[in-house]
Amino acid sequence: MSAQVGVAQLGAPEPARAGSGAGPAPVRIVVGYGFWIFLLSDIILFSALFATYAVLHDQTAGGPSGHELFELRHAGIETLCLLFSSYTCGLAILAIERRRLWAFYLCGALTLLLGATFLGLELSEFIALVARGAGPSRSAFLSAFFSLVGLHGAHVTVGLLWLIFLVAQTAYRGPLDYVRRRLLCFSLFWHALDIIWVALLTMVYLMGAR
Amino acid sequence: MLGKLTWQAIPFNEPPAMAASGMIVVGIIAILALITRKGWWPYLWREWLTSVDHKRIGVMYVILALVLLLRGFSDAIMMRTQLAMAAGGASGYLPPEHYDQIFSAHGTIMIFFMAMPFVIGLMNFVVPLQLGVRDVAFPVLNSVSFWLTAAGALLVNVSLMVGEFARTGWLAYPPLSELAYSPGVGVDYYLWSLQISGLGTLLAGINMVTTILKLRAPGMTYMRMPVFCWTALCSCMLIVAAFPVLTATFGMLLLDRYAGMHFFTNTGGGNFMMYVNLIWVWGHPEVYILVLPAFGIFSEVVATFSGKQLFGYRSMVLATLAICVLSFMVWLHHFFTMGAGADVNAVFGIMSMIIAIPTGVKLFNWLFTMFRGRIRFEVPVLWSLGFMVTFVMGGLTGVLLAVPPANFILHDSLFLVAHFHNVIIGAVVFGVMAGYDYWFPKAFGFTLHRGLGRVSFWCWFVGFYLAFFPLYAVGLLGMTRRMQHYADLSWQPYMMVAEGGAVVILCGILATILQLVVSIRTRERRRDLSGDPWNGRTLEWSTASPPPVYNFAVMPQVESLDAFWATKQRAAAKAPEQYPAIEVPRNSPNGFLTAFFAVVSGFALIWHIWWLAILGVAGALTILVAFGWMQRTPVEVSGEQLAADERARRSGLVPV
Repeated sequence: MSAQVGVAQLGAPEPARAGSGAGPAPVRIVVGYGFWIFLLSDIILFSALFATYAVLHDQTAGGPSGHELFELRHAGIETLCLLFSSYTCGLAILAIERRRLWAFYLCGALTLLLGATFLGLELSEFIALVARGAGPSRSAFLSAFFSLVGLHGAHVTVGLLWLIFLVAQTAYRGPLDYVRRRLLCFSLFWHALDIIWVALLTMVYLMGAR
Repeated sequence: MLGKLTWQAIPFNEPPAMAASGMIVVGIIAILALITRKGWWPYLWREWLTSVDHKRIGVMYVILALVLLLRGFSDAIMMRTQLAMAAGGASGYLPPEHYDQIFSAHGTIMIFFMAMPFVIGLMNFVVPLQLGVRDVAFPVLNSVSFWLTAAGALLVNVSLMVGEFARTGWLAYPPLSELAYSPGVGVDYYLWSLQISGLGTLLAGINMVTTILKLRAPGMTYMRMPVFCWTALCSCMLIVAAFPVLTATFGMLLLDRYAGMHFFTNTGGGNFMMYVNLIWVWGHPEVYILVLPAFGIFSEVVATFSGKQLFGYRSMVLATLAICVLSFMVWLHHFFTMGAGADVNAVFGIMSMIIAIPTGVKLFNWLFTMFRGRIRFEVPVLWSLGFMVTFVMGGLTGVLLAVPPANFILHDSLFLVAHFHNVIIGAVVFGVMAGYDYWFPKAFGFTLHRGLGRVSFWCWFVGFYLAFFPLYAVGLLGMTRRMQHYADLSWQPYMMVAEGGAVVILCGILATILQLVVSIRTRERRRDLSGDPWNGRTLEWSTASPPPVYNFAVMPQVESLDAFWATKQRAAAKAPEQYPAIEVPRNSPNGFLTAFFAVVSGFALIWHIWWLAILGVAGALTILVAFGWMQRTPVEVSGEQLAADERARRSGLVPV
C-alpha cells in the first residue's frame, strides 16, 4: 500500500535504446508498473477468498442460504454506484493530467460521493443480515460471504481515505509529478476494485440469488 | 486492561524455557549496553537502521537470518537429543507440550525467518549490482519490507518468554489450530508474526520484480541478465503470486479464532481440508521461492570458478521459468491421503515428477560448465559440489514420494522429514552459504578465512548425512514424524546417529562463527582492493568493494552476457572526462517506525489488549500518512566527489 512512498529518482529521462535493453525506465513507468504488480497480488488475495466461497457456498449448516438472503435490486444499485465512481475517477485523472484543477476536484468529489454511497449500501445490507440472525458466525457460507464482500468493502474504504488524502495533497502542493503518479496508482486501484466487484456480483449475488 | 496477559504468561515454573529466555534477554541487554557505552547509537541509526540502501538492507537481512539460524538450530538439537533419549521406558527430558512447541517453532523459524531472509537478503544485495543500477525500484519500501520481517521474527521470539508458541506444527493445520483445540496464545503468536513478516515478504517481492523488469543498465536485455537475476525474478514472481494466498488463509483462520467464524471448524459447515489446500497452494511455490535463488547462486559460482561462461544459458533460463510455472501445479502431492481419488492423485503425481526434468537440465548445465573448466576449489565451489551430490539424492526421494501408492505408506513418516531436509539443507542452506562466502568480499572489502570455511562445509556436509540418512531408514521402518517418545527400541540406534549428525552440524555452525570472527580480526591482511577477488564475470565485480552508496559512478553499458568479463577481455575501460552528478535516495526511519508499531499491534492482538492494538494500528497509519505527506528530496553526489572516488578506486586506494 505504501508502494508509492519514496521512489528514488532512478529513471533516466529518455530511453537510449529500444526493447529490453533500453536502460532504466522513467519513474512514472516504474511506479505504475510496481503498483500493477501489487494489484495482481491483491487480486490473488481475493482469488483465495473466491475459491473458499465457491467451496463453502452451500454449507449453510441449517441456516439461511443465498437464495433467501440476497436482494438483486440492492446489489444492482451498489454496482451502479461503483461503476459510475470508476467513470468519474477516470475523468478526474484526465482532468489532472490537463491541469484542470476544478474539473479534478469536481470529479474527485463525485467519486468520493458514489464510493461512500456504495459503502453505505453495503453496510446497510450487512446490518440487516446480522439483525435477522444471519451474521458471519452463523454458518461457513456466511463466514465466506462476509469475508469476501467485507474484504472488498475494506478496500473501498481504504481507497476513499486515500482519495481524500490525495485531493488534500493536490490542493496543498499542486499537481506535482509525484502527486500525479500517486493519483495514477489510485485510479488503477479503483478500477481493479471494479473488476473484483463484477466477479463478486456474478459469483455471489447473481449465481447465489437464483 | 491487559487482556489475557497476566503474570502466569511468564513460564516461571519451566526451568529450560526460563534459562533460554533469560540468556536471550541478558544477551540483548549486554549488546544494547555495549552499543550505548561505545556511543554507536547515532552511527547505527544513521547508517543502518534508517538506511534505504539496498546493500545495507541486504546485509541486515543476512544478519537476521544468521541469528535466527542459531535459534532454529537450538530447537533442532533439543529435539534430536530428546529422541535419542526417549525410547521404550525412558521419557526423555522434554514434556510433550514443550516438545510440540519446539518442533513448531523450529519449522516456522527455519523457513520464514532463516531461509527467507537469507535468500531475500542476498537478492537485495546482489541483484541491483548485477543489473548495473543504483538501487531497487522502491528503496524506502525495501526498508519497510526488511523491518516488517524483523518485526515478525521478534514476535516469534517473544513467545519464548511471554506465553507460549503454537503446538500445531509449522503449518498449523486446523481443526487442531482452531480455538476449540488450541485455546492458548501459541497459534496467535504464529499467525500474527507470519502475517506481519508475510506482508514484508510480499512487498519485497513486488519491489524486486519491478526492479528486474524495469530497471536494468542500458544494453542489458533479458537474455543478457545474469542467471542469478533470472532466478531472483522467478522467485519474486512466485512471492507475488503465492504470499497473498498465505495472507488470505491465515486471515481466515484468524477470523475463525477471533470472530467465531466457520471456515475450517468441524462445526457450522466449515471445511478444514480447504485450509490444507490453500496453505499448500502457497507452500509448494514457497519451496521454489527458496531454491530458485540458490540455483542462481550455484550458477554464478560454478561459472566464475570454472573460468567459463555458464553452459546452456538459454536452457537454464527456460528451466527456471518452467519450474516457476510448474510449481503451482503440484500442491496436492503434499496430501495425497486426502482421498481426492486416483485420477486426481495421478495428475498431481505426474506433474510432480515432471518438475524433475527442468531441474535435471540445470544439473547437467552445471556439470558441463565445469567440464574442461579450470576449476578453483574455493569454499563456494565446495558448497556447490556438495549441493550437486546431496540434492540429486533429495530429488530422487522426492520423485519416490510423488508416486501416490508409495506416498500412502510414507506420508507423515520420517522418510518425508529426511526428504525435505535433504532438499532444503542440500540446496537452500548450501546455496546461501556459497553465496555468503562468494559475495562477502563484495559487501565488506575483505575475503573470509578459507580454512575455516572448509571446516564449516565439511562439518555441514558430513553432519547432514549423519543426521538425516538414518531418518530415511527409520521412516521406512514406520516411524512417524512429530513423536516425542517411541516404544520401539530398535529405532533408537538410528536416533543416536542422527543426534551425532546434529552435533557435527553444530561444529559447522561454530566454524562459520569462528570464520567470521577470525576474518574480521585479520581483515587488513585479507583486504581486497581490486573489487574483483574471484576474477568474476558479472557487473557486481566491476565496482569497488564495498560498493559506494551509488554503486556505479557511471552506469555501465552492457554489450553481452557476462558483461564484466567482456569488459576485462577488452582491457579496462578508460575513465570518463567528467562525471554527471547522481541523486541517491535519502535515509528514512519509515521502515523502522512501521515495524515498531507492527510489533505493538501484533503483541496487543495476540493478548487481546484491544486499546493497545488500536493505538498500534493508528501509529502505523500515522507513519504512512506522515511520510506520504512529506516531500522527499534525494541526496546529490556531486561530479567532483564521484571523480575523486573513482581516482582512488583505480589507484587501488579504496576509501574504507
